[in-house]
Amino acid sequence: MTNLFLKEKLKFKPSSRRNLNDFSLTLLSAIFAIIAVLPLVFVLFYVVLKGGAQINWEVLLLEPEPPGDDLISAGGIGPAIVGTLIITSIASLISIPIGIGGGIYLAEYSKGGLFARFVRFGTNVLSGIPSIIAGVFIYAVVVSTKILFGSMFSGIAGGMSLSILMLPSVIKTTDEGLKLVPDELRQGALGIGASMFTTIIRVTLPTAFRAIVTGIVLGLARAAGETAPLIFTALFSRYYITGFGDLFYEMGSLSVLIYNFALEPYEAQNQLAWAASFFLVILLLAINVISRFLSKISSR
Amino acid sequence: MAIESPKRFLLKRRPLLERLSDKGFKHFCLLMAASVSIILFSIFIVVFFQSIESFSRYGLRFLLTSAWNPVKDEYGAFTAIYGTLVTSIASLIIAVPLGVGTAIFITENFIPARLRELIGLMVELLAAIPSVVLGLWAIFVMEPFIRPLLRILYVFFGWTPFFSTEPSGAGMAPAILILVVMILPIITSISRDALNQVPKKLREAAYGIGATRWSSIFNIILPAAISGITGGILLALGRAMGETMAVTMIIGNSNNFSWSILSPGYTISAMLANQFGEADGSQVSSLMYAAFVLMILTLVVNIFAQWIVKKLSLKYN
Repeated sequence: MTNLFLKEKLKFKPSSRRNLNDFSLTLLSAIFAIIAVLPLVFVLFYVVLKGGAQINWEVLLLEPEPPGDDLISAGGIGPAIVGTLIITSIASLISIPIGIGGGIYLAEYSKGGLFARFVRFGTNVLSGIPSIIAGVFIYAVVVSTKILFGSMFSGIAGGMSLSILMLPSVIKTTDEGLKLVPDELRQGALGIGASMFTTIIRVTLPTAFRAIVTGIVLGLARAAGETAPLIFTALFSRYYITGFGDLFYEMGSLSVLIYNFALEPYEAQNQLAWAASFFLVILLLAINVISRFLSKISSR
Repeated sequence: MAIESPKRFLLKRRPLLERLSDKGFKHFCLLMAASVSIILFSIFIVVFFQSIESFSRYGLRFLLTSAWNPVKDEYGAFTAIYGTLVTSIASLIIAVPLGVGTAIFITENFIPARLRELIGLMVELLAAIPSVVLGLWAIFVMEPFIRPLLRILYVFFGWTPFFSTEPSGAGMAPAILILVVMILPIITSISRDALNQVPKKLREAAYGIGATRWSSIFNIILPAAISGITGGILLALGRAMGETMAVTMIIGNSNNFSWSILSPGYTISAMLANQFGEADGSQVSSLMYAAFVLMILTLVVNIFAQWIVKKLSLKYN
């Protein structure tokens, strides 16, 4: 009598079809998650195995040898490390002021009108543009026209093409970081008579500072690993820069060194490419992990 | 003296310097915001104008022929366009189930939260690995490893045009796999965000009427998050189309057209990376034409992605 309406018991039956179905789907998604993690593990494993073993002061400091010259040693990656630092610094010098300025306009001044919507849309489009197109653009505008005091391939041109890739991420993080600042702070500052300029510089920007810096650092790390925009803007050089004037000449970078030397038929050059990969990957992963960690701490 | 300081607060107008810096800063920001659109437009205009010469000579025939002969001045980008579309779409077909499946796995509570965060972090760190390093890894580690598997594909499916050539080192198939590695983090992290934003109430309601976990995922949670997931997939497609370095290093860079994904091929971006540095004359213009095609492709995909996110997103209050 009690079970008049229930044909089945309400207890959980692991062997019923719906539960078996559920279990197999869970298993499938777990397998997918494991597969998704594997590439990072394998790439890191081989980069450490093949590159990490070679790292010593000579490799870090020497200039790379021309392929085929010396079959045992390919020299080092010193100039490429310096070049990567210089090119990404140039890219930051261009993209950070433009990006923060644009982000401030979007978040603080615009009232959601047509122009602001267009700029936001344009930022999204720009972030979707393939990195090689940035290189093609700078090649056409800067390199082939020799507009930079007659120099063609140069570290500055390379920095310019990377800045195009960094710009959208700087604008977005500034815009979004500033939007998270509570409006009361703004109203408070404006209410006691501060001008917009003072409010932004002294109140809102410092409040959003950490979010913006994290975003910029992550964008910078992405730019530092980019190769495509550099292969025909900065090209490559085997030598250390000796002065300010060298910024207007070809400049090596870690990523282009990896690309060039990976495709060489010589074992020594391939080994150097692995060493450069190790240095670059460890650097970028460290930047990523540290900045994520710091932003997590500060958001608590 | 005590009267001196209140005077500052009785000013009807701000001091000139303050007004100037206020105005100046506003206009500076406006200019910087405008420069984004200026850069975007100038990229389009420059690439378009540089490609006009080639466009007027070959017209749309450029898109459908695969001759690439700088000596005879014959250019056609069909092989590269085919390669771009095939590699990006095939990689998407593999990466979408993997990425969305992983996202579901780390947004449900199958395993402790710590472990889920670790998996999420590892997938996101994969995105931080430069593509040139992935290319290096693909050349020396992945490709030799998967060649026997590709040979099995050739032996069993060699009768279809897509697997009709014997795998011999670099080719489109390893390029597809390395693209999977590159777009997996995008799909996973965007899907994860979208799934996390689905309100708890929906899930509780589904469980409440007796749905199993996976039937509520498929019928309630995924549909609620579909706008974000689709947007992420389209962004990944755009990224796959434009991805250059890893693909250039492993695709074999051959302009001979073949339907088979086991043979060497070309993508537009690989073609640009390979030839742009030493091109001159009409070759530059033809490469610019190819670059323009690539830009339009990625642009359409990206705009479509933004539109989908806006259109499909369900609003919960």
